[in-house]
Amino acid sequence: MKAETTAQHDLVRGIWRENPVLIQLLGLCPALAVTNTVANSLAMGLATFFVLMGSSLLVSAFKRFIPHEVRISAYILIIATFVTIADLVLAAVVPEIHKALGAFIALIVVNCMILGRQEAFASKRPVSRAVLDAAGTGAGFMIAMLMIGTVREVLGNGSILGYSLFGAGYEPWIIMILPPGGFLTLGVFLLVLGWWRGRTEGAQAQVRRWPHGVATRRAA
Amino acid sequence: MSDLFWILISAMVVNNFTLALFLGLCPFMGVSARVATALRMGAANIFVMVLTAVTVWFLNTFVLAYAPYLRLISFIVVIASLVQIVEMTIKKLSPTLFRELGIFLPLITTNCAILGLAIFQTNRGYGFLEGLFFAVGAGLGLVLALVLMASIRQQTELSDLPGLARGMGLVLIVAASLSMAFMGFAGLLSS
Repeated sequence: MKAETTAQHDLVRGIWRENPVLIQLLGLCPALAVTNTVANSLAMGLATFFVLMGSSLLVSAFKRFIPHEVRISAYILIIATFVTIADLVLAAVVPEIHKALGAFIALIVVNCMILGRQEAFASKRPVSRAVLDAAGTGAGFMIAMLMIGTVREVLGNGSILGYSLFGAGYEPWIIMILPPGGFLTLGVFLLVLGWWRGRTEGAQAQVRRWPHGVATRRAA
Repeated sequence: MSDLFWILISAMVVNNFTLALFLGLCPFMGVSARVATALRMGAANIFVMVLTAVTVWFLNTFVLAYAPYLRLISFIVVIASLVQIVEMTIKKLSPTLFRELGIFLPLITTNCAILGLAIFQTNRGYGFLEGLFFAVGAGLGLVLALVLMASIRQQTELSDLPGLARGMGLVLIVAASLSMAFMGFAGLLSS
């Protein structure tokens, strides 16, 4: 784990290979709850990106002063501060999206992806690397949010960012913008990913092994 | 009285925290492999939720009216310390139970269902009793979702699935159908 990584690797890793939502299955609550339109997904992704960058920067900068025993509480307090800032800014700049996201802005505090990056990375590495890692992970989160949001809005509403795609004849799949659609979309993404991995890695044994791999990664 | 009853029912099935509001997905995915562990996790959750509801009511009434911008930070501090206190109490009173609950107890701190409960309770302006019933209903709903999911997963473990469907993908698809089934309860409230 402590092997040397290049700065480039720190940045790129979180975007796809260790994508927080699609691979590590972290931060699922916001990824499913607010992805019913592309605009909401984008706002949520940006807010999370900001909070992750801010808290990684602070945690990494103050890592020498945070006692080991109370580190989790300290991280949570730092994260909660940035979430409060994001909450107030969103309410001032885009009030209607802030209203649509509702309690889920505040719930960024308990997004396990953010706390996970602080514990696993920012608290051990220099500031520059921590920021790169946060940028990569945040971007990965945003990409996953946009993927889910696009599928759900296109199928469930026949539009993208509010612009109608298919004309009046399209019968929207209402279920996709309702809660079951969130579970369904991510579930299908995971199935496709599993199938794709099984194909690219070639060995059938890998296909059977990867759920256990996911289980251990989640436990770690 | 009937208001309180509907708050309970609404939090439990109609607006089920896990299946309709996507709160508490981590335990829903993480500890739903066995019915027994799911039940224990659910019980611990109800306990913390009720304590949180009482404390949040206290905070809202006596402290936060004067400093609303401290809401989020004070909630998360309260939840973290509550979980810590519960953990220490159980450790002192019943070391056996403490060992059985194991890692589930500290994990409750980052369970979004608890913070979600505190925020919803505040946004809807629930009083003391209403908050209590809301917490119990939400907790029972969480247990219901966890146990349903765990029983289904125990069944699928023995069935012959294609390799790619053995990961979390299948769990999410099952969750989608459960969530669809729970949408049927929506009619309860409009009547």
